[in-house]
Amino acid sequence: MSKKNKKTRQAAVASAAEAGGTLAATAAATAPVAHAAPERASAFAYAPAPESRAVVDIAPSYGLFIDGEFTEAADGRVFKTVSPATEEVLSEVAQAGEADVDRAVKAARKAFGVWSALPGAERAKYLFRIARIIQERSRELAVLETLDNGKPIRETRDADLPLVAAHFFYYAGWADKLDHAGYGAHPRPLGVAGQVIPWNFPLLMLAWKIAPALATGNTVVLKPAETTPLSALFFADVCRRAGLPRGVVNILPGYGDAGAALVAHPDVDKVAFTGSTAVGKQIARTVAGTRKKLTLELGGKGANIVFDDAPIDQAVEGVVNGIFFNQGQVCCAGSRLLVQESIHDELLDSLKRRLSTLRLGDPLDKNTDIGAINSAEQLARITSLVEQGEAEGAERWSAPCELPGNGYWFAPTLFTGVTQAHTVARDEIFGPVLSVLTFRTPDEAVAKANNTPYGLSAGIWTEKGSRILAVANRLRAGVVWSNTFNKFDPTSPFGGYKESGFGREGGRHGLEAYLDV
Amino acid sequence: MSSTAPTSPQPSPTPERAGAPAALSDVTASDGALRRFLHGLPGVDAVGLEARAASLGTRSIKTTAKAYAIDLAISMVDLTTLEGADTPGKVRALGAKAVRPDPTDRTAPATAAVCVYPDMVAAAKEAVAGSAVKVASVATAFPAGRAPLAVKLADVREAVAAGADEIDMVIDRGAFLAGNYRKVFDEITAVKEACGASARLKVIFETGELSTYDNIRRASWLGMLAGADFIKTSTGKVAVNATPANTLLMLEAVRDFRAQTGVQVGVKPAGGIRTTKDAVKFLVLVNETVGEDWLDNHWFRFGASSLLNDLLMQRQKLATGRYSGPDYVTVD
Repeated sequence: MSKKNKKTRQAAVASAAEAGGTLAATAAATAPVAHAAPERASAFAYAPAPESRAVVDIAPSYGLFIDGEFTEAADGRVFKTVSPATEEVLSEVAQAGEADVDRAVKAARKAFGVWSALPGAERAKYLFRIARIIQERSRELAVLETLDNGKPIRETRDADLPLVAAHFFYYAGWADKLDHAGYGAHPRPLGVAGQVIPWNFPLLMLAWKIAPALATGNTVVLKPAETTPLSALFFADVCRRAGLPRGVVNILPGYGDAGAALVAHPDVDKVAFTGSTAVGKQIARTVAGTRKKLTLELGGKGANIVFDDAPIDQAVEGVVNGIFFNQGQVCCAGSRLLVQESIHDELLDSLKRRLSTLRLGDPLDKNTDIGAINSAEQLARITSLVEQGEAEGAERWSAPCELPGNGYWFAPTLFTGVTQAHTVARDEIFGPVLSVLTFRTPDEAVAKANNTPYGLSAGIWTEKGSRILAVANRLRAGVVWSNTFNKFDPTSPFGGYKESGFGREGGRHGLEAYLDV
Repeated sequence: MSSTAPTSPQPSPTPERAGAPAALSDVTASDGALRRFLHGLPGVDAVGLEARAASLGTRSIKTTAKAYAIDLAISMVDLTTLEGADTPGKVRALGAKAVRPDPTDRTAPATAAVCVYPDMVAAAKEAVAGSAVKVASVATAFPAGRAPLAVKLADVREAVAAGADEIDMVIDRGAFLAGNYRKVFDEITAVKEACGASARLKVIFETGELSTYDNIRRASWLGMLAGADFIKTSTGKVAVNATPANTLLMLEAVRDFRAQTGVQVGVKPAGGIRTTKDAVKFLVLVNETVGEDWLDNHWFRFGASSLLNDLLMQRQKLATGRYSGPDYVTVD
């Protein structure tokens, strides 16, 4: 900082001190004072701190991973996957069709005999090896995930990748202890699991699906989402390096038709799906009347309930983390803020101030808080729901931030004056949009929180322990967080009530979905 | 003039703010009102607070931003020596270092202040004469604060008379932990009065002894209500001193206090901050919690002794591309 500049700063400080003194003398001094000198240029601007792209080597094209080999699609179709932050084409990927699904299921069926016959301790060795390779390659995989998905490197580095490795470690530990999991002696695997996962946490959802399936002795055919196939294909390489027997894991990048074919395939014993409620219902219809076992993890409209005795600063952090983590593209997002009316204004002021400090931009920059929306399609859906919210009379506020010219972006947004009747309070937006509602009593809070077709997550913010227990017992949600939000751990079961699906993933409970019990 | 709210029991004659600001004068009217107010402040969730501080600690401050942060941090250092073995010679060396931290590079900014015991104030004053560097003095029977009020006040008056620009007082932690908030409040206002118009008052809570975050928030408000110009974490003499979490909490307190009263109060983490990396993390906390209004040594300080040399070494490294090592900065 130059000497001249320093002088200006001190002058500004002196006048600010005077302003402070004067205001203290006036009785009605409630409004914040503008102490900052407008000419102060040397703000603490963070220089760009991009994570290097060089740590990941993306091939120009990828095949399907069937029976331990990368192969082209039977009909030769391919699709492009782009970086949502820049719209740059990252790679061209083979697109699975019905014939490929059949080939993959056959490979998985062939592998099932040998794999399920291995002692649990032997299967565990492979899973531990996979977990270690993921840890060793976590920087590479984090950069890859950020490129393909658009989420900030801070999240892939600090949340996604550590959790992915933790899931494999956790279920590796179960593989030789299944007799003691509470499902009887020698619980048997189901066979071939057909798994369809979404684009919001591509590698983490893969881990949630594949780790328990392999630990229990099943083999897997997994279809990643069409906008985020790359990390699953890198995982195929991890499996090869871990020496996993051929056909135990098969990866089929593709669109909804491939997913539908996989779910409908007669030789699939178990279907696991994470995604939208609409597709979940379709899958339930397809599977109905067959021997297939099904778990669905679907949408949500989580309520974050803030009582007037909450730790306010931490509640604000929790609300921000609840809805703006991963640009709000989280099925268990706390997309409805239920705030006690007596602290509504105070909380909203704090929330807006905090949202104004969020840093939106290049997802590879280590200081970015908010990355890109995953696809043009998703951006269009968010935009249309937000427009509907405005048309229905809810008051919109968006954080002041500049959106990049290329790519798919949406500024952190909140709606106030929202009632249960508004679309933005009922429909899952799956984007960085928070609807703010108020309540007066705990009963009303519970009633409003439960008044949704979904039931995946909820949060309670209060310093009063007895209230946490009382309210949590009455919430119809698969996960209830208290004084925190979006905390995940492989030991904890996760899943929904009502239209948020059924079955649990994670923890001891997550084993049940892959065992013949 | 600002403090003579009608309910204030002891109107203060000091021209600077003393006692509670008008907007909050009723909460300090009685022991009961003060207790109700402090216990009515929102609670602090320890896990959430520490998670937020840790997450801000992952900010990556590089190149130009790092250069800015290093210079800013140097300008915020209260270069401190608080030892039984302090001598005028030691204090002179410290003063010279504060005025010109890097003798090989005149563009390095001076530190904010030197911080010494009251009997060294005169020597310190002489050592920094002619510069903008302030002299801060710990007083009020630092660090324990276990002395009669009259002794504490005499301690303060001596330091001020010797020319101290700033007084770093310790609160009576015993009284605070016993719930005797009014006693702590009265002591701070008395010390503030003893500081007179010329000296700014930093109030040290010794957060390591207050132990809980709820207590730290209450102490912050208590100190600000009583007229602190700065709130300061610790003496550097106990096991736990400044941490990112307790500093974040105090930053939230000064932010909320200004929003409610219009009065801006400074923050000084002290003790345990030794590296540039640590200092930059604290500046990130300031930047993203209270913003640039506090990014100035009038409002934010580091109480530290060994931090300065690390800042200077990193500054040299940034300027020359080479890391020269501890023999190329002065050791006093």
